[in-house]
Amino acid sequence: MSMINLNGIYIIWLREMKTFIRAKSRVVGMLMMPILLLGFLGSGFGGAMLPGIPEGVGYLQYLVPGMVGLTMIFTSMFAGMSVLWDRQFGFLKEIMVTPVSRVSIVIGRILGGTTTAVIQGIGILVISLFLGFNVSSAPGFIISIAFMALISVAFIGMGLAIASKLKDMQGFGLIMNFLIFPLLFLSGAIFPVNNLPAVVSYIAYLNPLTYGIDGMRASLIGVSSMPIAIDILALFAFCVIMVFAGAYLFEKSESV
Amino acid sequence: MGVQDNAYAIKVENLTKKFNGNTAVNSISFIVEKGELFGLLGPNGAGKTTTINMLATLLVPTSGSAFVAGYDVLTQRDEVRNSIGVVFQETALDNRLTGRENLEFHSVMYGMKKEERRRRIEEVLALVELSDKADLLVEKYSGGMKRRLEIARGLVHRPEVLFLDEPSLGLDTQTRRHIWDYVRKLNKEEKVTIILTTHYMEEADYLCDRVAIVDHGKIVALDSPKNLKDALGGDVVSLELDGGYSDDFEAELKTREWLKRIDRHDGTLNLKVRNADRHIPEIFTIAESRGVSISCVNIRKPSLEDVFLRYTGRTMRDQEASQTERSREMARRRHGP
Repeated sequence: MSMINLNGIYIIWLREMKTFIRAKSRVVGMLMMPILLLGFLGSGFGGAMLPGIPEGVGYLQYLVPGMVGLTMIFTSMFAGMSVLWDRQFGFLKEIMVTPVSRVSIVIGRILGGTTTAVIQGIGILVISLFLGFNVSSAPGFIISIAFMALISVAFIGMGLAIASKLKDMQGFGLIMNFLIFPLLFLSGAIFPVNNLPAVVSYIAYLNPLTYGIDGMRASLIGVSSMPIAIDILALFAFCVIMVFAGAYLFEKSESV
Repeated sequence: MGVQDNAYAIKVENLTKKFNGNTAVNSISFIVEKGELFGLLGPNGAGKTTTINMLATLLVPTSGSAFVAGYDVLTQRDEVRNSIGVVFQETALDNRLTGRENLEFHSVMYGMKKEERRRRIEEVLALVELSDKADLLVEKYSGGMKRRLEIARGLVHRPEVLFLDEPSLGLDTQTRRHIWDYVRKLNKEEKVTIILTTHYMEEADYLCDRVAIVDHGKIVALDSPKNLKDALGGDVVSLELDGGYSDDFEAELKTREWLKRIDRHDGTLNLKVRNADRHIPEIFTIAESRGVSISCVNIRKPSLEDVFLRYTGRTMRDQEASQTERSREMARRRHGP
């Protein structure tokens, strides 16, 4: 039996797609927060000048890549941790008892989760165009999609790693409040991290989302605090670490 | 690599599983013949599901060996997984997919080609009579339909051995009958070896060619239901006594050659009697002469429940009651008063 089973990967991906399309309320729920934040923060702070934002860049321009990042981290962590739902509803056992390798199962999940997350990220981007967001160039738009995918892969890996260590859904709320929100505030999604105390801003550099959002700013509005190459390299390194951690812990976890 | 042993569907030797020092399965050994419908009968917590999970490669045994379809569950996990189908105790379906999509997912995971997949899915759907409901979302299914779909799924990839863990748990009597008929049908028509666990006496009795009675992780008896019951030596006569047990009465009964056994259980006296209907009058005469008053009498053919009682000294219901009691006790200790 080979380690990589393309049919297995495909059908796991297809399952994610089908359930994504059918879970309309979940998708609407997921998109609601970034849209509300965009609407209220974008217009509320619209005229204000936040220190750290380059001159000539409106707050909405600054905020949109951050909100796409928010969408990515939420949907990706959710996709990674959906293994907990499968465990709760018993479907995980059905997957684990098949002759498809664990590696293929992990790849299928990551591809499925990334696809749905990127679709939602693009959705936010398109909605923000109607709110007055300007994309600097068409190639930039394409590059931003690559950043979305990388953010998504990293956080699905993280979600998978966490889910492998949790027994049930109880811990999910805890993760939401103690991991996702801090990661979000420490990523420059809503305000520049150099406004934070110096010690705290160093933590931001250990946060993959920081590089993802900075990279999206670079590609979408042409303004960033780091060179885009560093963003790509750092994010890619995080991806590799997270995927291996996720795959390793998933492999080790008990399915029954 | 383990020794290939293709003569049997399943061969288990001294299989043991411990969880944190707690022995769930205690050195069990048995053989299941090809094409057999084999049952593991015992109360909840006896170690049946743990045994199934080890045979299905979902749990790693602490010690001992097991071969399924000739493959070693320790060293040839993929081969084992390819040769078995499993229907778990709890539902393991994706509710957001249709019945057909659940089968499709499964058959692709098992590497089936498209043409064969389509043909086979139709076939198993027809077998469990779900063809007309195949394109409904599973969340719309009833409990019985879900169970049937899972049985169909367990069969899609033509496994040599099918594991059914408590196939009729939580189903009403009528649905249970239906499931039994399906299980029999596919054992015959698909020629698949079936190993099922159950804590329903009637289920094991009705379905299984042979039954292993499991208690506290050990097999206490293994034979066909008929032989197990015949070994008890006749009919079961239960006497409810008004004035409590009487040694004199039992001593005199024991002198009769038609009496095989006496057991005291929970205020009643259980007698194993050959041709019970002929000896009831005599039992009453003896009772009267010993001053024992019988308030209620029950004669029945022995059931597997009596077999369980014979080998463990308890009924399965006692066993489950004490389990519930124990887990409540543990819960109290954990959470405080």
